[in-house]
Amino acid sequence: MKKRILALLTENARLNNKELAAALGADECEIAALVGEMESEGIIKGYRTVLDYEKLEEDTVSAIIELKVTPEADYGFEDVAKHISQFSEVESVYLMSGACDIIVVVKGKSFREVATFVAEQLAVMEAVTGTATQFIMRRYKEFFTPLYGEEDDGRAKVSL
Amino acid sequence: MIDYNKVLSDTALSMKPSGIRRFFDIANTMEGVISLGVGEPDFRTPYKIRKTAIRTLERGSTRYTSNKGLDELCREIVNYSDRKYNIKYDPTSEVLVTVGGSEAIDMAVRAMVNAGDEVIIPEPSYVCYQPIVRLAGGVPVVINTRAENDFKLTASELRAAITPRTKAVILPYPSNPTGAIMEREDLIALSEVLLGTDILVISDEIYSELTFGGVGHTSPASIDSLRERTVVINGFSKAFSMTGWRLGYALAPAPIIAQMTKLHQYAIMCAPTTSQYAAVTALRDCEGEVAEMLSEYDARRRIIVDGFRSLGLECREPKGAFYAFPSIASTGMTSEEFCEKLLYSKRVALVPGTAFGESGEGFVRASYCYSLAHIKEALRRIGEFLEEIKK
Repeated sequence: MKKRILALLTENARLNNKELAAALGADECEIAALVGEMESEGIIKGYRTVLDYEKLEEDTVSAIIELKVTPEADYGFEDVAKHISQFSEVESVYLMSGACDIIVVVKGKSFREVATFVAEQLAVMEAVTGTATQFIMRRYKEFFTPLYGEEDDGRAKVSL
Repeated sequence: MIDYNKVLSDTALSMKPSGIRRFFDIANTMEGVISLGVGEPDFRTPYKIRKTAIRTLERGSTRYTSNKGLDELCREIVNYSDRKYNIKYDPTSEVLVTVGGSEAIDMAVRAMVNAGDEVIIPEPSYVCYQPIVRLAGGVPVVINTRAENDFKLTASELRAAITPRTKAVILPYPSNPTGAIMEREDLIALSEVLLGTDILVISDEIYSELTFGGVGHTSPASIDSLRERTVVINGFSKAFSMTGWRLGYALAPAPIIAQMTKLHQYAIMCAPTTSQYAAVTALRDCEGEVAEMLSEYDARRRIIVDGFRSLGLECREPKGAFYAFPSIASTGMTSEEFCEKLLYSKRVALVPGTAFGESGEGFVRASYCYSLAHIKEALRRIGEFLEEIKK
């Protein structure tokens, strides 16, 4: 049941407990209890809105920054990643396999702001031996949601 | 000047255009309409299927296929039908690939009906059966199925409709618009009525993949005494979201398929080649995609039924297809009046039950081929409408 609740919520987090109960053929109280449980266990971390910033005409710039990290005995990948995660500019942090060690997604108001953040906060870290910053030029899909306006596929409003 | 009313076929001229056309025209052109009115899936055709079509186009595989359809597709259809519904057919002589389920119905009726033969049609049901029977010179005999029987066709209703002129009975289940299904014991009861007669069955199973609550679909052809008299109609439109590809098929004993294939050869030649290649992928590789769509439909189905009930409308649980069929009798309006007023005052499009036969009076059809957010908004507006008309 938890899995089915999560499947519905990941698709549309605005479904309330009554609607979830209806969709799953379950009791509303049971749903409320399970959702509450998953929230307190930290399985559900939060509910966020998928925005199209381009449509919002708000100036935002995001970059994906690849970090080369040299871990030290008392300051490993984990510590580096957690430290970087603290910054409010940082959207996501991932430990990677392959050419780079950590990927950081940073969001700012302008190229300058992001560049400054990289230079002043990331590049200077002792464990960080190299950075490669790639700015995101356009977003097409986020959280399984296409951001480009899907073309009208011609379905009529009514048909038999 | 030619007076076309004198020149053109009496049969064509006397055929009534679907009465609902005018309402549809208004709804389709009105701005800001939030519709629960369509009879086709909102999901796009799974990408794998589209990809196959593109590949065969690039390769230039755009010739006619054999009249009955690609061998490969016929084999896949037979495997799929056996796997899913436990009905067994010979891929070389008992399958015909058609232009949608509609053509298969037309060919089946033409292959069976002599002038004056009666064809039994349970209603409310999809609108094509009566005109197709008339075009073949047959006489439609309508059975008005009843809400208290969950809109199933009962053995006693069938028995009462049979005359010495009865040629065939159409079984349109899972049902558009009622969402009714026929379970095994329902079909066995009908089979007992037909036992010993020469009455044929046209089983329109286009929604077979869409049944809910774990009941599953039972094809009449899976019942021994019905198999020899049954033409199974199915297709790709609903289960695989392939409405515009126009591809369906018929499964039946070889002598029936032989006649249908002959008619199909003269009328159609063959079903669209690109669609046929794509359909092979659909049957072979898309179980996961179909299961995903099905579980999404099921969630929507429950939400919409619960929504109507919360608004005080009686709504039976639809066990198949993708429609809810709530009763609006409590409002005191006719179905058409209700739909028209709802459209004008709240810009929500539903289809009046009467579009599917007189016995649809007092009901409206609400499709749930829409996102949950869309369904919720439509229900909210319907709720407002119901409040306003109370005053």
